[in-house]
Amino acid sequence: MIETSPATALHAIGLNKSYGALAATRDVSLSVPAGSALGIIGPNGAGKTTLFNLITGAVRADSGEITLFGEDIARFDARRRCLAGIARSFQVPQPFTGLTTYENALIAAAFGRALSEKAARPHAREALERVGLARKADMPAGNLTLLDRKRLELARALATGPRLLLLDEIAGGMTEAECSELVELVREIRDAGVTIVWIEHVLHALLKVVDRILVLDFGKVIAEGPPETILRDPHVTSIYLGPEEIQA
Amino acid sequence: MSNTTLRVVLGLTVAALILATAPLWAGRADLRLIGEMMSYLALAVLWNLLAGYAGLMSVGQHAFVGLGGYVLVIGTVSMGLPPLATLPIAFVVAGLAAAAFALLLFRLVGAYFAIGTWVAAESVALVFAGVPAWGGGAGISLPADVVRSIAETREMREFVVYWLLCGLGIGTLSAAYTLIRSKPGLALMALRDNPTAAVSVGVNISRIRFWTYVMVAALTSVVGAIIFLQKLRVSPQAAFSLQDWTVAVIFIVVIGGIGRLEGAIVGTAVYFLLRETLSGYGVFYLIVLGVVAILVVSFSGRGIWGLVERHLGWSLLPTGRRMSA
Repeated sequence: MIETSPATALHAIGLNKSYGALAATRDVSLSVPAGSALGIIGPNGAGKTTLFNLITGAVRADSGEITLFGEDIARFDARRRCLAGIARSFQVPQPFTGLTTYENALIAAAFGRALSEKAARPHAREALERVGLARKADMPAGNLTLLDRKRLELARALATGPRLLLLDEIAGGMTEAECSELVELVREIRDAGVTIVWIEHVLHALLKVVDRILVLDFGKVIAEGPPETILRDPHVTSIYLGPEEIQA
Repeated sequence: MSNTTLRVVLGLTVAALILATAPLWAGRADLRLIGEMMSYLALAVLWNLLAGYAGLMSVGQHAFVGLGGYVLVIGTVSMGLPPLATLPIAFVVAGLAAAAFALLLFRLVGAYFAIGTWVAAESVALVFAGVPAWGGGAGISLPADVVRSIAETREMREFVVYWLLCGLGIGTLSAAYTLIRSKPGLALMALRDNPTAAVSVGVNISRIRFWTYVMVAALTSVVGAIIFLQKLRVSPQAAFSLQDWTVAVIFIVVIGGIGRLEGAIVGTAVYFLLRETLSGYGVFYLIVLGVVAILVVSFSGRGIWGLVERHLGWSLLPTGRRMSA
């Protein structure tokens, strides 16, 4: 029986999703305590983004159970899951390019919180201030740099008022300085009480934030635990990290 | 009321006043032409909402123009209603028809949806062509007493139809502007720019698509009813003309600027300019239309208005929200 404690932000049991003969996720289970941060690593094609799609409801699971703060959300579509408090940032930023930065955040605040446009305004402004985009609020989102687009992904997710934030490789393609800035931002968001699940290849960024790490390979969870244990797990290192990385 | 809103309201009011007083200074042929432009403006604004914003590439909007025309004729001839009373009926009938179509068509996406809308439109045309009481394939004219009930003199009747078309053109444009400035407008712009992201921030895209499809169909049908109030006669070929009510409208929106409200205005102006200057040249006219369409879309995915907006930063109907405001 699935555990339904509100102290568990996200609880998934046996998530399966296949595309034809290809099993994208196989029997994936995970549990994320409220207020904590979980990192997800794994080789390309391991099913990490598919797992996010299953959690957000963008893709429907073939089977499996899923609860958010004790509430069964398995039958919720993507929109209702957003309203229930799940927000995500996309691996490749997906701004509304014909609109301004502020309008991007405004849409997220108005629809993600089911508010009137007027009532949504302060939330949109706050989200932009939090990620440091307030000065570019009235700029077309299509003109933003990559770093700013990633910030906008975060701002839009925050504007929906999430309880659970899913980050998909936000540190990828960033310079060292930009990366530290994003890490700082994610820590602030976690410290404000938002539960975080973060897919990331840039391990040193991930390690500065997460409490636990889950490793996916070929759609299966092959390890889960505190970072120090995971990074020393020979099974994990052999398929993913390579010998040098553990010593670092 | 903000400054921009005031400017737009003022602009639309002035345009409406100039158009409304045109019978005082314009000739019969000019009035017919302006009236026709207004009907195309309305159709273009509506198709732009559908395809440019909601992402529903319908090539079957002639179904609803024709439906409006037939509701006008059947309502007046068979049911004895005054012509104007058929307009709300056209609205409701087409809205219901669209809701029924949506049940089937919304299972299709992209090109399949487009073809589906076309097939649906042809089916509706076949139904009307098959009923002898409604004129069958030959069509049916409005009887003289119905025509007289619009207005006693021919001149006054033409004025009435002209004013209706102007009201429809300006009214549709104003309604679309108001819609885009409202919260559902935010959803439509989100849908236009990125449906995936729209869903992920909580926009109910199936609902907004459904209602856009239904409302656009309902209003398209009212435009159709008034168009045929001017023509005084419907036939399946004329009422359900793919070329007149869908292809021309798509041309207008695509060259004007799809996904921008101004696109319908610019496109209508360009289309009529080309048509009026080149219509005497037969096939050559169609070649020019084709070349213009190809050139415009090659240089700008958002049509002529997209270029103006990008390079000059103009906005006739600003819908932007500013954080500072």
